[in-house]
Amino acid sequence: MLELLAPVVLVAAVALFGTLVSTSTQTYVIGALVNVAIVVALYLFIGNSGVVSFGHISFVAVGAWTAGVLSIPLAEKPAIMPNLAGFLRHTSVGNVPSLALAAAVGGVFALIVGLPLMRLSGLAAGIATFGVLEITHNLLRYWEKIGPGVTTFSAVPETTGLLQAAIGALVAVIVAFAYQRTRYGRMLRATREDAAAARAVGVSIYGQRLLAFTLSGALAGLAGGLYVHVLPLNTELVYLNLTFITLAMLVIGGATSLWGAVVGAVVVSAVDSFLAEAENGVHVPGGTLDFPSGTRIVVVGALMAFVLIVRPSGLTGGRELPLPRALVRSLLTKFST
Amino acid sequence: MPVATVLGADWQTLADAFGLGGIYALMAVGIGLVFGVLRLVNFAYGQLVMAGAYALAFAYERGWPVWVGILLCFGVVVVLSLAMDLVVFRPLRSQSPAVMLVATFAVAFLLQSIALLWFKPLGKIAASLSSLNQPWTISGVDIRKISVVATVVAIGCLLALVALLGRTSVGLHMRAAALDFRTARLLGVRANRVISSAVIISGLLAAIVAVLMTVQTPLVTPDFALRDTILVLAGVVLGGMNRLISATLGGFAIGFASGFLGGALPTDQSQYLPSFLFAAVILVLLIRPGGLFTRSSAQAVERV
Repeated sequence: MLELLAPVVLVAAVALFGTLVSTSTQTYVIGALVNVAIVVALYLFIGNSGVVSFGHISFVAVGAWTAGVLSIPLAEKPAIMPNLAGFLRHTSVGNVPSLALAAAVGGVFALIVGLPLMRLSGLAAGIATFGVLEITHNLLRYWEKIGPGVTTFSAVPETTGLLQAAIGALVAVIVAFAYQRTRYGRMLRATREDAAAARAVGVSIYGQRLLAFTLSGALAGLAGGLYVHVLPLNTELVYLNLTFITLAMLVIGGATSLWGAVVGAVVVSAVDSFLAEAENGVHVPGGTLDFPSGTRIVVVGALMAFVLIVRPSGLTGGRELPLPRALVRSLLTKFST
Repeated sequence: MPVATVLGADWQTLADAFGLGGIYALMAVGIGLVFGVLRLVNFAYGQLVMAGAYALAFAYERGWPVWVGILLCFGVVVVLSLAMDLVVFRPLRSQSPAVMLVATFAVAFLLQSIALLWFKPLGKIAASLSSLNQPWTISGVDIRKISVVATVVAIGCLLALVALLGRTSVGLHMRAAALDFRTARLLGVRANRVISSAVIISGLLAAIVAVLMTVQTPLVTPDFALRDTILVLAGVVLGGMNRLISATLGGFAIGFASGFLGGALPTDQSQYLPSFLFAAVILVLLIRPGGLFTRSSAQAVERV
């Protein structure tokens, strides 16, 4: 359980930091917490299985669409989404049910997609998950019966404040931690380390990957639900750039540990937010920083390439945070007495 | 709709499809060559094409002659691909394919956003060869020149490549390295030289693709050729990565399908074209995970 402590404390610390700063900075903190949820969802599958998925943002998108379409007030639906299919037009749910449904739809979608795709591995899997992203983006963009199409998702209640984002991120962290402690998580990690050996002791690679894919799809859907309640989304915001930046977060932090996923999400979000501010001009001691727009991705891309070349296992080395032995021992003696 | 216009549209569509198939086949060869020697899928290949297109636009804006623009394009792309090899591929050579794939994904975004910073999002025009968009009338049927030129250039390049791989010692080394890199090295193939020549040839192909593509899409933006690269990668995997010929066929197939369906479908359906294409790709991958054009006994070497 000790390994859970570090990620939880970090998420809590970020959330606490959010209460201390101005409202405009708080938006970035909320964004960072949503990123933590997305990256942890990515980690649950990619980190544990070792299979790269470029398709997870489609589960985020589907979750966002579910929560968004269902939580727009009935009166405003015809104006934003005139072509909506029947029952969606007459249904509206509250904040928490919309998040639960987002997670459920994300999970079911991942299960449906995973049933055929998890039979693939290697490059074929990577390209196929990319195909899923393309198809999802294409359908959400043009199919106006299930959402706003190319227009922006306005009028979604902006309920994801600091508290909701923090709770969402914590749920993702705890689910991912619980999963990796179960025998299923361990079996999947075994297939990552040595597929042949894992199969030899009776582990079904297909089954384990499918389980993790579904679970991480549900978390990604939840994160998408959180995201749509933060700001008005459109299809371009849940597409290639988000895929890139969340993969970068995972890789920079260290793809094979939960701690790495959380650290990567927080660190890259911090850098990214700072640069986003700097693109609008920010005052620092000794002058004004004013970067041209587009600097963010250059810096994050360079950072990611640099980390991959110099330290391919990420900032954390892909390990959970090792707590000092002395601390562990003192805690243990305290609890046992 | 009268039959004649349907047929007329079909001839042009068919020629366009062949042209696009040819261009994609060239990109597939460029990606497949590097994959053969490095086991690395270069996600950033489209950004090489983009850089070449910007070089063409640069020359066009200054009113330089066409051949200077093309020369500049070749120079820029080859230098950039060598730089990419030196800075990114070489340090990563010992890493797993998954790490390399993610790394080139990062390089792709890096180059794209550098272009965004440098040239601004609005885009530049490279129209020095736009006269190729005029039609040729062949026995009463109008066909745009570029479709024919693209097809011919693609066939020419592929034949030249076949000759290079089959008849020269560099080609022999490259084929040996693609088959088994370690054994090839033991037998005296110089690793760095083989890799560099593969990278240079792949760069040259990217430059040719840039020239051909700017004729059809003269507006050069930072995401130039990005979507095409994704499609070509899908095509390459679809065809089968392990042999150059199957990768090329896969690239051609997806280019042809994309061009043909894009032209033949009415607008309200062609907006779903990416969905159709990728659904087809996924379907084929499920039936033949090793590739459409590979022998079924051939086993995939790479593991991601």
